[in-house]
Amino acid sequence: MTITDTPRTQRRAQRPGRITRTAVPGRDGRSSHPTRPETRRNLARIRRDDVLRVVGAAAAAVAGTAWLFAQVFPFEGPLTFVVIAYLLFVGFFVVLISFDDNRVTVIDRVAAVVMHSLAVVLILALAVVIVFTLGRGSEAFLNWNFWVQDLSLAGPLDPMTVGGMAHAAIGTLIMISISLAIAIPLGLLCAVFLAEFPSPFARIVRTVVEAMTALPSIVCGLFIYATYILLFGFDKSGFAASLAITIMILPIIIRSADVVLRLVPGTLKEASLALGTSQWRTIWHVVLPTSKSGLMTAIILGTARGIGETSPVLLTAGYTTYYNLNPFSGPMVSLPFATFTLVKSPEPSQIARGFGAAAVLMVLVFVLFLVARIIGGKGAGVLSPGGQARARAASLRDAVRFDQRVPTTPDRLDLPAIPDDQEVPR
Amino acid sequence: MSGPNILEALDVSDGSRRQDDSPRQLSTVRGPSDTVFRVAAHGGGVLVLSIMTLVGLFLAVRGAEAIASAGPSFLTEQDWEPNSGRFGIAAVLFGTVAIALIAIVVALPLAVGTATYISEYAPLGLRPLLVGIVDLMAAIPSVVYGLWGMFWLEGAILPVAQWISTYFGWIPIFNVPNFNPGDPLATPTVFTASAFLAGLVVAMMVAPVAASIMREVFAQAPIGEREGALALGSTKWGMIRSVVYPFGMGGMIGGAMLGLGRALGETIAVYLVISPVFVIQPHILQTGSNSISSLIALRYGEASPFELSALMAAGLVLFLITMLVNFGAGIIIQRSRSGAAS
Repeated sequence: MTITDTPRTQRRAQRPGRITRTAVPGRDGRSSHPTRPETRRNLARIRRDDVLRVVGAAAAAVAGTAWLFAQVFPFEGPLTFVVIAYLLFVGFFVVLISFDDNRVTVIDRVAAVVMHSLAVVLILALAVVIVFTLGRGSEAFLNWNFWVQDLSLAGPLDPMTVGGMAHAAIGTLIMISISLAIAIPLGLLCAVFLAEFPSPFARIVRTVVEAMTALPSIVCGLFIYATYILLFGFDKSGFAASLAITIMILPIIIRSADVVLRLVPGTLKEASLALGTSQWRTIWHVVLPTSKSGLMTAIILGTARGIGETSPVLLTAGYTTYYNLNPFSGPMVSLPFATFTLVKSPEPSQIARGFGAAAVLMVLVFVLFLVARIIGGKGAGVLSPGGQARARAASLRDAVRFDQRVPTTPDRLDLPAIPDDQEVPR
Repeated sequence: MSGPNILEALDVSDGSRRQDDSPRQLSTVRGPSDTVFRVAAHGGGVLVLSIMTLVGLFLAVRGAEAIASAGPSFLTEQDWEPNSGRFGIAAVLFGTVAIALIAIVVALPLAVGTATYISEYAPLGLRPLLVGIVDLMAAIPSVVYGLWGMFWLEGAILPVAQWISTYFGWIPIFNVPNFNPGDPLATPTVFTASAFLAGLVVAMMVAPVAASIMREVFAQAPIGEREGALALGSTKWGMIRSVVYPFGMGGMIGGAMLGLGRALGETIAVYLVISPVFVIQPHILQTGSNSISSLIALRYGEASPFELSALMAAGLVLFLITMLVNFGAGIIIQRSRSGAAS
């Protein structure tokens, strides 16, 4: 904006055959701002003017909206007030900036304000969701019996000091354990297959797996309900729910594990193969340890998704109010399913128990998520303090072993021993 | 199991040395453990493929049964009475798409704004925390959002819906026929359990998913181009508009579409807040809406085998739409400049 070409240099640049010269403002004796002395640009992130403008516009907007609500519109709820106040605030802010800045600056400042407020809205909404759930649930989960009892003795009219959610928590843990016991080995094996044995067949498998990530969770439940329960005639049970959860989280785990495995540097794998290792040992000792943190994240995020999902369990598990430790017989309930069932009751105490179960579920997901962040936050090859200590000890052992080795005589050709399962090029 | 002699292994046959132009024949002989591993890995792939195909085929076969008996009216009929032969997904499909579109219209600005704020405006020290918060939002169970929508948002949103309907009722979709703004005794209950409310709840679930994808893409915008824009005298917004957004366009569209896929399939949050109706409800502020997934949750329990097939047909349609949206998102992300590296 400060560099302006003089008409003379423009003419010269357009003439054919002439070598154009860089136009430097002020070289021909004319400064671009002949009247204003040059001032140092303010590079600070926060400008005093802006802060004053924001405060001024906000005050004007609140006052203006209050006046509008009192005089023009009847009072229509706090949310409407906030929306109108915000629109007025942006308007006042534009007017305030346009007093002493040009259009480009006005757009820049308004964009900054809009981006800040959108982020605040989203994070505020999250805070409302969490605080609201914990607040309504605290009535239930602050009593000790909530954590150790089941609901079999607690009727809808009983006080909060009777009954708890332990049966649902245990049900959740049993279901997710069974589905992980199936989904982790199968998912990781399939991800290794996709990443390490590229072929047209692998491409088909990858496409199908990606397509299945789109399978709505309720349809997973419907599938198990139609086959395991109706077709094969088994009862609704924890195992049926585990199967539904497995079908749901298997594609999620495979897809993210596949992405992580493909990020392992090819040089590492080639170095291992060049040392004469078999492919199996390369994957076991190089590929999997390198991508360990990413694989853990994939599994934990799949777990969080599986724990929190209600719809597959809704169709397959059956509702119960007592402990059931056997996943193969009898209905078994999980935390989200219990929440879903309890809050549909008209009794306030049942609704409070439902909120309590939701709060426990949310805390469980938070813990899993934190663990995932702690494990997955590190890049490949970055070790924890314990891992570093183990690596140091291992290299110390190697050093001692090298020292103790009997030096070979130079005239003997010392061929390395070859493992049985070596790849031999012919 | 005797190991092969290494000299034998390294020996290049005389034949290839004489005809020195022809390429050396390379072949691999695997040890037994590698063979076992290959077989196991391929077995895992085949097993996963067969499970997934089984689910898809089962849905398709059972669903086709119902679709074949309903004929083309499956797409046009609004009622859902499979046992009397009158059923179709017109109403539920309309409701599903309406809720998902409302969700994405609300979530898209929130997601773009949050992603831009985190990658461009937020103080450096705050960024990891904000990234964690947004990712955490994406992991909150849907039933929690459903509770929030049912017990908190419904009360808070009523005056807003009433206000929109009063002042913007002349736009057809915001019109509520049973509501007369001039009547002082008019009850706001015509605004409860609407598609608008369900859309807002789903938007809260979808926005963090889309925001976290967009943030990742924005953060990859090349630093050289950013500095170039700033050095040419652009303002910060000018730099974002001319460098960051064009670079991250694929991620923005792809993220929004992945969010849309999530919104289409959402069951519990929608089920908790709407009151199901089986008519096409174009007035989004009015009570009553429906979606395919909540239809399944509502009707599976007392379903006859044929009704179950009909539900599967509905589920199949939902699955196909979600799959198309997800594949579209994947292709857009991959084709874009920012997705080329991943």
